[in-house]
Amino acid sequence: MGVIEVRGLAKSYRVYQKREGLLASLRGLFHREYREVRAVRGIDLTVDQGEFVAFLGPNGAGKTTTLKLLSGVISPSGGSATVLGHVPWKRENAYRRRFALVMGQKNQLWWDLPAQESFRLHQQIYRIEPEAFQRSLRELTELLGVGRLLAQPVRELSLGERMKMELTAALLHSPDVLFLDEPTIGLDVVAQHNIQQFLKFYQEKRQITILLTSHYMKDVAALCKRVVIIAQGAIKYDGSLSGILDRFSGHKVITLLFAEDQPVEDLERFGTLLEIQPPKARLRVPRGEVARILAAILSRHTIADVAVEDPPLEEVIAEMFSQVDVESPPGESAAAGLQHR
Amino acid sequence: MVAGMYARVAVWWTILRIALEERLVYRGDFALGTLMRFLPIVTQLFLWWAIFESIRDTRGVAAGEPVELAGFRYTDMVAYYLLVMVARAFSSMPGLASGIALQIRNGEIKKYLVQPVDLLGFLLLNRVAHKLAYYSVALGPFALVFFLCRDYFQTGWLDAGTIAAFIASLVMSFLLGYFLEAAIGLVGFWFLEVSSLLFVYMLLSFFLSGHMFPLDLLGEPWRTLVEVLPLQYLAYFPAAVFLKKVTGPALVQGLCLQAAWLLFFIFLSRWLFHRGVRRYSGFGG
Repeated sequence: MGVIEVRGLAKSYRVYQKREGLLASLRGLFHREYREVRAVRGIDLTVDQGEFVAFLGPNGAGKTTTLKLLSGVISPSGGSATVLGHVPWKRENAYRRRFALVMGQKNQLWWDLPAQESFRLHQQIYRIEPEAFQRSLRELTELLGVGRLLAQPVRELSLGERMKMELTAALLHSPDVLFLDEPTIGLDVVAQHNIQQFLKFYQEKRQITILLTSHYMKDVAALCKRVVIIAQGAIKYDGSLSGILDRFSGHKVITLLFAEDQPVEDLERFGTLLEIQPPKARLRVPRGEVARILAAILSRHTIADVAVEDPPLEEVIAEMFSQVDVESPPGESAAAGLQHR
Repeated sequence: MVAGMYARVAVWWTILRIALEERLVYRGDFALGTLMRFLPIVTQLFLWWAIFESIRDTRGVAAGEPVELAGFRYTDMVAYYLLVMVARAFSSMPGLASGIALQIRNGEIKKYLVQPVDLLGFLLLNRVAHKLAYYSVALGPFALVFFLCRDYFQTGWLDAGTIAAFIASLVMSFLLGYFLEAAIGLVGFWFLEVSSLLFVYMLLSFFLSGHMFPLDLLGEPWRTLVEVLPLQYLAYFPAAVFLKKVTGPALVQGLCLQAAWLLFFIFLSRWLFHRGVRRYSGFGG
């Protein structure tokens, strides 16, 4: 049995539909139209202990809703889930002491006080033994390099520093399960990299179970062996990162560097020409025909260098998402994104 | 069992201490806000002085004779206002209901659902910290004002029973104010915006809690209305206890009713929280 067991989990929202204009606003006082948004539509998922799983999907796909369900912030409309043997939305303290949720856009620390005060509060509410608390705090602040910032009011920290403090606060009680919702959103490349390195190290050392949502493919590539793609509230893919390419991209990209200044014409007949800057050209070709096409090109031209690569993951996934959007009936694609109003 | 209790008290103490520290961050605003509380009462006292003088003129009461209005002389009125100020320093909860509604709307409330901490208990300790910080600064000015106005208190030294009843009514007025406003804030789970509801509450409270004038001045049917509402326990009742307007069985009954209202609002806010969280959709990412 996995640490996280999800069966047929579903969540629908009733969303108020307001037409444009003042008149419609007045009408809305007496009669309101609601639309049911099915943010999560019956997903099944099993995550074992020590797994680091990424949730990918376009905005409003149901990723965050799923994390909210698993952390017990909201209750489902249907289906079941257990995390560490607990039903999350019962919000038992025994469960709440064993997991943590970090949201990149939300602050859990006391804004006007130094982070160490918030940490002290966490020590009490999570009932962490003083010794274990000191040990965790030292370890986390050393790994994240924020030891010298502990006494500075949180409002005076940079976004990156604040996220490190958020992570420290979330991990002080050594949770067995960690939910990360866009932990690197808005951070610069260096801060993103630091946080990735930290998460990788910490997860490998402690073997905790982590569910991560992120729009940065670098986060995902650096951290997660398993990827779950959610779109329109349903799981579209569950497997390895490289498996996405095998399954959703039927193409490879061939980059050619021609030896001499020769006319680089008639390349179109081998595949889709992506870019041409003599003496360099990039071609997209069907996966199964790489060998044949390469042989044909080599027999006709003198080539100085050649590279055969998978298309960038971002491209594959973006393409996949756009297909999903096209398939979906109008007004449904934004799913959970509409729940705010 | 004992260890669990100890852990719980340690949590309370830490929340209290941190909230107190946070309170003291903005020193200037805090000190100014505390002292400004004394200003409105001065204008009210002048207003009542003018009213009593005009009554004296219309009724043709001689200069040395006291004028009475519903059993209140001017000196009683001054004492009443000072006591109501004390009571409201306990029962008023600036920003509580709107703060809760805002946290529901912008999603900050999630933190209380995810962490092993009780929202209502947490915010209550926060309020205790607010009040403690407030009293520590306001105690001096309060003491000075009461000393300067000592002649207005005609009741003389109070007996231990009245003092105990006064303190009990103040403590309960604090808790009643807290749970009542928390309940209004928690309505935010259904309506998101509670400012109109809060405005109605403030307006009613202003006139019917005894904040504006002693409730003895009210005729029927207002008097009955005030009796069936919980608002008088926020301001009028503690002052009336101190001034011995309520004594004997009426005092016991009043304290029991105040306690009953308190229990009602504790239950109501718990229930609203429980139901609200179930329909909560976790707004804002």
